[in-house]
Amino acid sequence: MAPSLEEPTKVDLNAPLKVAPKLVAPEPEHCPGPESEQAGVADNCAGCPNQKICASAPKGPDPDIPVITERLSSVRHKILVLSGKGGVGKSTFSTMLSHAFASNPSLTVGLMDTDICGPSIPKMMGVEEETIHVSAEGWEPVWVSENLGVMSVQFMLPGRDDAVIWRGAKKNGLIKKFLMEVRWGDMDVLVVDTPPGTSDEHLSVNSFLKTSGVDGAVLVTTPQEVALLDVRKEIDFCRKAKITILGIVENMSGFVCPGCKHESQIFRASTGGAKRLAADEKIPFLGTVPLDPRIGMACDFGESFLDAYPDSPACKAIRHVVRRVGEEMGMQGDVLGDEE
Amino acid sequence: MPLENVRHIVLVLSGKGGVGKSSITTQLALTLSLQGHSVGVLDVDLTGPSIPRFFGIEGKKVRQAPGGWVPVDVHEAQQLKTRHTNGVADGETAAAAPSEEGQKTGGLSCMSLGFILSNRGDAVIWRGPKKTAMVRQFLTDVLWPELDFLLIDTPPGTSDEHISLLETLLKQTTSSARPNQLAGAVVVTTPQAISISDVKKELNFCKKTGVRVLGVVENMAGFVCPNCSECCNIFSKGGGEVMARDFEVPFLGSVPIDPAFVMLIEEGVRPRYPKGTVVEGKAMVEREDGVEGDKEGLLVEKYRECSLAPVFEGIVRRLVEDVRSRD
Repeated sequence: MAPSLEEPTKVDLNAPLKVAPKLVAPEPEHCPGPESEQAGVADNCAGCPNQKICASAPKGPDPDIPVITERLSSVRHKILVLSGKGGVGKSTFSTMLSHAFASNPSLTVGLMDTDICGPSIPKMMGVEEETIHVSAEGWEPVWVSENLGVMSVQFMLPGRDDAVIWRGAKKNGLIKKFLMEVRWGDMDVLVVDTPPGTSDEHLSVNSFLKTSGVDGAVLVTTPQEVALLDVRKEIDFCRKAKITILGIVENMSGFVCPGCKHESQIFRASTGGAKRLAADEKIPFLGTVPLDPRIGMACDFGESFLDAYPDSPACKAIRHVVRRVGEEMGMQGDVLGDEE
Repeated sequence: MPLENVRHIVLVLSGKGGVGKSSITTQLALTLSLQGHSVGVLDVDLTGPSIPRFFGIEGKKVRQAPGGWVPVDVHEAQQLKTRHTNGVADGETAAAAPSEEGQKTGGLSCMSLGFILSNRGDAVIWRGPKKTAMVRQFLTDVLWPELDFLLIDTPPGTSDEHISLLETLLKQTTSSARPNQLAGAVVVTTPQAISISDVKKELNFCKKTGVRVLGVVENMAGFVCPNCSECCNIFSKGGGEVMARDFEVPFLGSVPIDPAFVMLIEEGVRPRYPKGTVVEGKAMVEREDGVEGDKEGLLVEKYRECSLAPVFEGIVRRLVEDVRSRD
């Protein structure tokens, strides 16, 4: 077989979804997606064993989308935390963002983990052992504090070391179920943590939330070019999917030696770091968060770093970033509920 | 049959992102090459390929030839000159193939989706089926030269890419005459509990799919301040070793954070260290004040002077022994 050097197939990011039909065979390579408008009628569908099923499936928008919209209509602000690269601190930042918002007692905050193969949120929030409560009105999120609720796939796994070996379609189903079933209730901010990359999870979160309205995405990166390279791809993704970019945060920038206070650039910003990238791409730069070993430790123990070390430089930096996120979303007043 | 030129296939896995899979893959490849093996690196991280950047060959494109894709060469098999400094090279040549002319180094070539994209900033927005097809194509249509080792760098998680990769590999290797072709997986982690909990999932994934775990490498274990030489465990320490013991898999070693390595990858600067830095009994090349690090030379040749090189030398020697013993 001669290999093809063709450009990636274009995924239609704006088409409304319809119900996914039951397929008889796995989706082929150039499948437009059984949920897409084009299912069964696209050029690539010729010869696919699923073609008839896809073509005859009821057209029109997915009836689940209004359910999701209804569920989330009581959530005022929705933020996606994205990064093309893994391990740059998406989950850490999501946790801190939620903790910071929740430090304002007048806000109710939710945190949803859509990383199905590697969910870290429950551990970072210190609620690893919890399970979901199912009531007649839906699934109840796990409450970390009075005004901070968490939802993750981890809560549904029998053993916490079990690998979730799922293909994309199955992951999409779960994310959808999450959005449909979880009873977030009256909520001010919902933070959605995502896995690295630009694939199934991102596409489905985007299309499921399209009608309920997402405020935008916060991109997290580390300063070195290897990470920025992937973040550029994520910016491209956001543009193509028409997701507003609230801004970019540079995490792990600079490490202050606890011994001699000498600052080292461990992940050197040889190409100007996130600041330069933000300027080049004309997106807001939200700030930098220094590398502090205590952040990692707080996450390991499931504590809030912001509560544990309120005077550290990293904490101040994070609070600054969170304020900027609030500003970008157009939230009124000081989102943290206090003045420094 | 595709991959018939390849003697051993080693996967580099981790449940967590950003723990240094690509960085470890790069260093394993460089070290294997320094020990005289011919190496190929296949990057199946489709949405975030970093291998081209790591080897400093971002601008390169894959060539099409009758029957498949020709991987991109990083360097060809050659004799590297032994440096007459107090550097690490002396010790290494003694360990590898000592010869009059220098150090025997195997060829190194790479394949990644990054070589195919027309613009490095473009997002690859693919759903599962398309990714599956691409992974299969990578395994069947790449015209590798004769390779002793093929390292496969994977994206984080246990999803489409991993399932397709293993399905295809297991089908091929169990039906072939060389059951040991798929040698196993090197699992990378960082020492924090967060990372360990994801990596445990990956170890369970290996168990379920029947892939042998060659060992665990703990990356980012400790950072030595270049100013005061105090070692600080930014991401704590020892977690990888404990996990390896729990799962009864070999622990291959801890790799510290070395800013000089980051510099080498990001800017191609030859690694230099403060006076008196000794790693694994070998003195590192000193940094001269006011002198800009030079950027000349091959990556593999510069890497010999990195403080991580001796660490990897040990890891790789163990790996190779282990893999060979099962032939």
